[in-house]
Amino acid sequence: MIYLQLFWEFLKIGAVSFGGGYGMIALIREAVLKNNWMSESEFMAFIAVSESTPGPLAVNMATFVGASQGNFPGAVLATLGVITPAFIIILLITVCMNNLLKYAGVNAFLDGVRPCIAALILETGLAVGLSAFCGIRQVTDSLDIRYERILIFCILWGMGYLVKKMGKKAPSPVLLIILSACLGIVVNVV
Amino acid sequence: MMIARMHKRGCAVRKVVTLFLSFFKIGIFTFGGGYAMIALLKNEFVSKKQWITDDEFLDMAAIAESTPGPIAINCATYIGCRTAGFGGALASTIAVCIPSFAIIYLISSFFENFLELSYVSYALDGIQACVVYLILSAATQMIKGVRKTLFNMVLGITVFVTMLAFSVLSVDFSTVFYILICGMMGVAAYLIQLRRRKKDKK
Repeated sequence: MIYLQLFWEFLKIGAVSFGGGYGMIALIREAVLKNNWMSESEFMAFIAVSESTPGPLAVNMATFVGASQGNFPGAVLATLGVITPAFIIILLITVCMNNLLKYAGVNAFLDGVRPCIAALILETGLAVGLSAFCGIRQVTDSLDIRYERILIFCILWGMGYLVKKMGKKAPSPVLLIILSACLGIVVNVV
Repeated sequence: MMIARMHKRGCAVRKVVTLFLSFFKIGIFTFGGGYAMIALLKNEFVSKKQWITDDEFLDMAAIAESTPGPIAINCATYIGCRTAGFGGALASTIAVCIPSFAIIYLISSFFENFLELSYVSYALDGIQACVVYLILSAATQMIKGVRKTLFNMVLGITVFVTMLAFSVLSVDFSTVFYILICGMMGVAAYLIQLRRRKKDKK
């Protein structure tokens, strides 16, 4: 039952994803790879599309994964799954627990979650990097270094550094994705 | 009496419709996730419509950031519920999802053929590098925001090392558990502190 599975996986993701889109990417990546729904590189392409289209990242990703596995019903169920926990929790808060954040216990819980999410995103970044640059996902994989990708990463990083040095706001993800796509074509054609 | 009641009803319905349209519009125009949306929401509901006060909006932003789920959904549900009850919450949440759902669904229907074009696969080489960059810079930003106490550092580093080890060795341990365990550690640390403080008072 792929529909139930989609709904259940995204319900879990919606219930524990604190701190916005990138924490969620870590969770969705795990679900997608575990269930063999798609390959790492397909998933990365999905992230790029979700980042460059409007709307919440989570909804975009859920719709995308759902549609790829179960067409329209899959997309609807995955999206419903990811928004249902948030909807219920916020309803409860607005109706009867308006001062939820004033409870010390809730804040203590969040204090523990915050460093965990930061570590989670960092680990995902490194894991994704290892697989994109060196072709390694497990210890048993053999090394396959992709110099052109490393080069593009270095260009992006250098640019980000310069922009920060000049004291300007970081360029938007959409802009970076378009730029890196052009770089990818240039590097491969030349 | 009857007319007054009908009038009230009409107002509520109109409010729900307005909420739906506003959130639909916001769903179309927010690129870059939840934080970008917060600015748009403020403009729409605090400055323009004045349905929500400044203070309440700050409360909402704090709640949206500290509850699980997409920030956009949290905000939509909160504002919808505050201004027009359950119907408002439902209308706002659905409206904010529809644009991205429709766009992504359209893209996904031709996405696989699209990936087979050779120029697209060249472009994807660059995009892969970019996604790594985006995730890592989100991580550094997040790490900067975490207070550098001993507790946070130990917790963060432990999670990071175990996750990396488990993923390399392909041990199956759901990320959900890390988040829940860390939350409980936070509560435990708080209780220990409380106990100590009580002892000190005695």
